Amino acid sequence: MAVRVGDELPGLSVRVTRAQLVRYAGASLDFNPIHWNERFAKSVGLPDVIAHGMLTMALGGRMVSDWLGDPGRVVSYGVRFTRPVVVPDDDEGALVEFTGKIGEVRDDGTVRVDVTAKFDGKTVLGKAQAVVRL
Amino acid sequence: MSREKIAEFADAIDDDSALYRDAGAAKAAGYPDVIAPPTFLTIINLAAINAIVADPELGLDYSRMVHGDQRFTHHRPVRAGDRLQLTTYIDDIFARAGNDFLNVRADIVTEDGEPVCTTHAQLVVRGQ
Repeated sequence: MAVRVGDELPGLSVRVTRAQLVRYAGASLDFNPIHWNERFAKSVGLPDVIAHGMLTMALGGRMVSDWLGDPGRVVSYGVRFTRPVVVPDDDEGALVEFTGKIGEVRDDGTVRVDVTAKFDGKTVLGKAQAVVRL
Repeated sequence: MSREKIAEFADAIDDDSALYRDAGAAKAAGYPDVIAPPTFLTIINLAAINAIVADPELGLDYSRMVHGDQRFTHHRPVRAGDRLQLTTYIDDIFARAGNDFLNVRADIVTEDGEPVCTTHAQLVVRGQ
């Protein structure tokens, strides 16, 4: 695969629903009630239930590995959690939009993919970068 | 690490890759068994972080703690059948702008000592 700095990956839009949060809680073993209990989330000052930051991270990783074809070629992947994704109690959920761009092509056959994740017009992940082997 | 747990995690992130579910497809791609998504090791990493946070000797206020960042560095993909051991280290603790920061690392290896993944997390305890 020949890639150049600035090339864009196919984007990914995901509607994160309460049902997905429950499923992810079980799969990831993260049962923090801020991700499923509105009463608790509000009691600690959040506007509502929020998505697991690690779920948002995983969905960004899915965009990268979908493009790559082989998730085993993701050498490293890191993000900063900058803003919460607030998930309402409805069927629409919260729309999170991911984009990715080649940030660096390295001599060792790896490239750095810079990932952005937006919810409600604002970025929710900072410095999200995956290094992948082509 | 079981095939079932890997498939459950892949389902939860709506990732339909055959390499997470079909051992034949994984073998065709050069892996001995199905592999796991890049953030799958959160299933053991988060428990390790929470154990540190809950340590009474550290005296952290869990209610004011947030996960600031997370990184996974893979030495090879995690695969079904792996039996993994995780060792956590507090690499750094510092205060900045009224908040406390903890940099936590976990070295994840097989029972035979083969390096599989190194994770780095920054935890932030917000000031009063």
